[in-house]
Amino acid sequence: MEITVAEALVRCLEMEDVDLVFGYPGGSILPVYDALYNSENIKHILTRHEQGAAHAASGYSRATGKVAVCMSTSGPGATNLVTGIANAYMDSIPMVCITGQVSTLQVGTDAFQEVDITGITMPIVKHSYLLKDPKQLPSVIKKAFHIASTGRPGPVVIDLPRDVQDVKINFEYPKQTELSGYNPTYKGHPSQVAKAAKLIKNSKRPVIYAGGGVINSGASETLLQLAETISAPVVNTLMGLGTIPGDHPLSLGMLGLHGARYANLAVTNCDLLIAVGARFDDRVTGKIAAFAPDAEVIHIDIDPAEIGKNVISHLPIVGDTKTVLQALLKKIEPQENKGWFEQVQNWKKEHPITYSRRTENLKPQRVVERVYQYTNGQSVVATDVGQHQMWAVQYYKFNRPRGLVTSGGLGCMGFGLPGAIGAQIGRPNESVVLISGDGSFQMSMNELATAAEQNLPLKIFILNNHRLGMVRQLQEFYCDKRYMAVDFQFNLDFAALAELYGMRGYKVTSEDELEEVLPKVFDQPGAVIVNCLIDEQENVMPMVRAGKGIGE
Amino acid sequence: MLHTVAVLVENNPGVLARVAGLFSRRGFNIDSLAVGRTDDPAISRMTIVVEGDHRTLEQVTKQLHKLVDVIKINDITEEAHVERELVMIKVIADRTTKLEIMQIADVFRAKIVDFGPKTLTLEATGTEDKVNALEEALRPYSIKELMRTGKIAMLRGAKYTSLK
Repeated sequence: MEITVAEALVRCLEMEDVDLVFGYPGGSILPVYDALYNSENIKHILTRHEQGAAHAASGYSRATGKVAVCMSTSGPGATNLVTGIANAYMDSIPMVCITGQVSTLQVGTDAFQEVDITGITMPIVKHSYLLKDPKQLPSVIKKAFHIASTGRPGPVVIDLPRDVQDVKINFEYPKQTELSGYNPTYKGHPSQVAKAAKLIKNSKRPVIYAGGGVINSGASETLLQLAETISAPVVNTLMGLGTIPGDHPLSLGMLGLHGARYANLAVTNCDLLIAVGARFDDRVTGKIAAFAPDAEVIHIDIDPAEIGKNVISHLPIVGDTKTVLQALLKKIEPQENKGWFEQVQNWKKEHPITYSRRTENLKPQRVVERVYQYTNGQSVVATDVGQHQMWAVQYYKFNRPRGLVTSGGLGCMGFGLPGAIGAQIGRPNESVVLISGDGSFQMSMNELATAAEQNLPLKIFILNNHRLGMVRQLQEFYCDKRYMAVDFQFNLDFAALAELYGMRGYKVTSEDELEEVLPKVFDQPGAVIVNCLIDEQENVMPMVRAGKGIGE
Repeated sequence: MLHTVAVLVENNPGVLARVAGLFSRRGFNIDSLAVGRTDDPAISRMTIVVEGDHRTLEQVTKQLHKLVDVIKINDITEEAHVERELVMIKVIADRTTKLEIMQIADVFRAKIVDFGPKTLTLEATGTEDKVNALEEALRPYSIKELMRTGKIAMLRGAKYTSLK
């Protein structure tokens, strides 16, 4: 039977088990929306900005592990997706982004709402397609989902010209994809795995350094098994938090720039660093020469290009982290490394992550700590980017993978609210908390309308210091306290804003008020915004100074 | 050090932009790049001459591999191979210099492909060295126009870098 390309697209999405699309319509994607009108299986979430659609899709994928779909029209619709695509690319999030395009005859003529979106996104996609041959639609969609979700995941863009969407084709969804240049390695090389086992056996002070690759591959349990078998403490990247329960004795939390001192000391003093699904980002390593200076490095990653990119690894293993760790577990024997374990526990006692509660002002750390206690660490926590993000990950202990939804590599302010929306839609029966800042929140607060429309019971805590706190902190340390463009002269009442969107709103200025409000927030079914007026001068500590090693 | 890398790619629209974009954004320096289709019209072959040490080359290769359209990559620098570049040079030639230029062409086994009233156009193929030497030899005669294709290269003997 012949159907239009737009109808075929919807059928393809259904074949890929897509039941949700985040998007924003427009002229160049009209036929696709018209086809969605008839679909009983696909729900469309209308955001208030295309960037919100991309971020929500990304949040959905981060919270569920599924491939998320977002769509927009051509031109400005497509360019508004770009930040969300970059965000997904940097954090290896599987996403399929469908954009309308002007008709093929108009492509290249600077037509109304024309931009070269495959060109613009080239450096921030895993792959992209500009579909000119209507017959190719099914195979392109098949390939897009395959590419986005396998190997190291990432976003794929499909640009659909307006006229192509209307062409009738004979629909048949291919069962397989043929991509001669794409064949990710899953199984680690056995001899490399054997060598790794030997290195582990000979090590006295091992540390496991686990990143988002562990979460992507569903390897958290296997990683925990490895850690417990060889008694190795685990440090996490921002993206890797939750791979080992945050309250586990072997968990040292986040390492790097704002990581725990004990995590950084463990890495600096280890004799074997087992990097799993992590990429030695500059926020993690600090000065590279001083990063794990005495350690042999085993680097397990599915992306061979990450191996040797920033840090030379003594033993690379290319493969899926779960598959490799399972193979490795078969080759190793229990180790105690008692002295090392005690040393690390001592560092934990000597250098805890802490803050001063002596002042009158409400401390942001206190807010996070209490939210953590109040939710038993069971909420899915979304964050924006800045000081509040670091406080959130320092004081909320993530006890399971996909418990944290945050923008890591891109560090993208404005991700929080739409990210939380995506996470809540993906996990409708779980508590989703958004911890944001007054700067970040104002970048995407238009999406409150989306949250209200979808009846999402988001619990939103805005750690409000009336300024761009992280930049202020940087200016304090690196610009002689010459504060430039970081203080907001106008501050809005976020609690009142909540009421406008039919949510409950509270203002909290002290610990006492916080205690009063917490039960009200979590004991009611609806969405809440808590405007937390925090100590305006509070800094994120610890902090490794620019150019220094993380152990200094 | 210069490396010669043979890259087989799917002959899809935009593949050249993907490869070139990758080199610029990762800070790799392309010395020359030649591209054309192979005997299989669905597959093109690029010969890329890239500058860098061993570690840079490792990254170039790995990053290229990440492009879905890239099928196969061979760094053939260290292997026995034949390499050629085509050059066309238009040089000012009056009655007194024409013969000299034709003698130079003879030495380099260059062909005269156009004979104008005031110019000669030469065509030559050879290694980069030879092409450089020809250019130097003709420089005193005032070169009006010169273009080179960039190097193409093929392994010697039974070895090959195709998919067969």
